Amino acid sequence: MNILETKNLKKSFGGVHAISDLSISFAKGKLTSVIGPNGSGKTTLVNVLTGMHAITGGAVVVGGKSFHAIRPESLPRLGITRTFQDVRLFEQMTVADNIMVALTARGPLAALLERGSADREERVKAVLEKIGLWEKRRELAYNLSYGQRKLVEIGRVLAMDVDIVLLDEPFAGLFKEMVRVIVGIIGELKAAGKTVLLIEHNMELIRELSDHVIVMDAGGLLAKGKPDEVLARRDVIEAYLGE
Amino acid sequence: MEYLIHLAVMSSIYAILGMSLNLVVGYAGLLSVTHAAFYGVGAYAVGILTVSRGYGFFEATAIGMVCAAAAAWFIGIVSGKFKGDYYALVSFGFNIIVFSIFLNVQSVTRGPLGIPGIPKPELFGTAIRTNAQFLILSIVFALLTYAISQWIVKSSFGRALKGIREDEDALRVFGYDTARYKRIIFMIAAMLAAVAGSLFASYISYIDPSTFSLNESIFILSLVILGGLANVNGSVFGAIVFILLPEILRFVGFPPDIAAQMRQVAYGAILVLLMLYRPQGMFGEYKL
Ligand SMILES: Nc1ncnc2c1ncn2[C@@H]1O[C@H](COP(=O)(O)OP(=O)(O)OP(=O)(O)O)[C@@H](O)[C@H]1O
Ligand SMILES: [Mg+2]
Repeated sequence: MNILETKNLKKSFGGVHAISDLSISFAKGKLTSVIGPNGSGKTTLVNVLTGMHAITGGAVVVGGKSFHAIRPESLPRLGITRTFQDVRLFEQMTVADNIMVALTARGPLAALLERGSADREERVKAVLEKIGLWEKRRELAYNLSYGQRKLVEIGRVLAMDVDIVLLDEPFAGLFKEMVRVIVGIIGELKAAGKTVLLIEHNMELIRELSDHVIVMDAGGLLAKGKPDEVLARRDVIEAYLGE
Repeated sequence: MEYLIHLAVMSSIYAILGMSLNLVVGYAGLLSVTHAAFYGVGAYAVGILTVSRGYGFFEATAIGMVCAAAAAWFIGIVSGKFKGDYYALVSFGFNIIVFSIFLNVQSVTRGPLGIPGIPKPELFGTAIRTNAQFLILSIVFALLTYAISQWIVKSSFGRALKGIREDEDALRVFGYDTARYKRIIFMIAAMLAAVAGSLFASYISYIDPSTFSLNESIFILSLVILGGLANVNGSVFGAIVFILLPEILRFVGFPPDIAAQMRQVAYGAILVLLMLYRPQGMFGEYKL
């Protein structure tokens, strides 16, 4: 069953067609990697799926419901969360508060009346221990190293605890040890039945983690299927080598 | 003694203005330069309603708060379409518009003539007559503002405001309707500024448009930056320093008339020095 789909999706920036006529789908509970050369539209896809860019044409289907516009603030209700390729933390807030925003009341009135709670503190602690940053909980986010910052993004995803997780190059620029930490966490997300969209360039990791692979090229679909089949295709290899 | 009480009353009025503006600028990160307009709405509500319409101080204050909230709601809808420098520019514009209304709708505001003879508040049938009594009233309002501000910034709402300041679009992804948050905090801050205006009008007993110009908004913003963005105590500190500054200048030996002129220079110099050496202000945690 497909929990997330795009139907003839289009996204243009002025004259640039970042996504053109893209119809793809993501199976519930599976990890689907989206790969493709630089500039092929992967990040744009995630931005459109999360309402950060308006849809130019076509539709996004979430859980069978079709959308022509998505409001970012409705994402938790749709069961979707994401990370950012360019790491977007709340810089001048503590590491703990960066996680906490994923756990507190969203409605302004409820938020005004809500104070700290032991239960939420516990959940923040659990997340920070999982990503190994409990010691850093009182640090401002901008004092963290690049790798730690990427981990905080993963931590927010864990705290959101929704069904569909969109990860935009979570491993990029990380040392091996941190890559293994995040691989472990992604494994747990899969075990918990989450649907994961993973954007990644490293072929080994793609083979290791993916149930399905979607290859994008110039904003369109080049290939899709099982990792071994797709990654062995001539046109896919050429698209990557040709850049 | 009488003069010390005067300084204390003015300090508490500016503390209210500073704390409320800090919610918008320091916490939500919206560089608003409209605060004097809401200050003026509160002052004119009391001026107009108590002098010629027979309302009591507290009723007029409540009406002023509602008017300020309504103005903030409207201004918030328009300025919500802008970010960063553009937001500041648009808020400039709104202060100028409101100022022109005070100046030009003479049938209601008496324009440049101002409104004299604004009565002192009456509480339980007795008028607050002396400045010492008025000081108690203004400190009570300042403490209320302090409590409200602390309540807000320590709640989940306060954390969300900081998230808006840091990365509004990212915060939306986590389910926050940031436009509503911004509108609400802007309205709360405007209502508190209106209270400061009510106190000012009744205390000085005369108002005219000149008090509520763009300059005044910049003055309030400066004291917030001096005390520290996103720090409630800092705004109280900033208000006291800025009110006492002319006295300090006199104390260090400037003749009174020169001290008065030096004041503006000193405010400006403080702002420039802060930006150069301590952009987070005295007690702030957050840099612009
Ligand atoms: N906000 C924007 N405004 C204008 N053009 C954009 C914008 N975002 C993306 N683009 C363009 O859309 C195309 C796709 O970019 P996108 O970032 O989606 O690629 P990508 O597949 O994520 O690449 P990478 O592997 O380098 O991250 C590029 O040509 C890019 O320049
Ligand atoms: Mg990308």
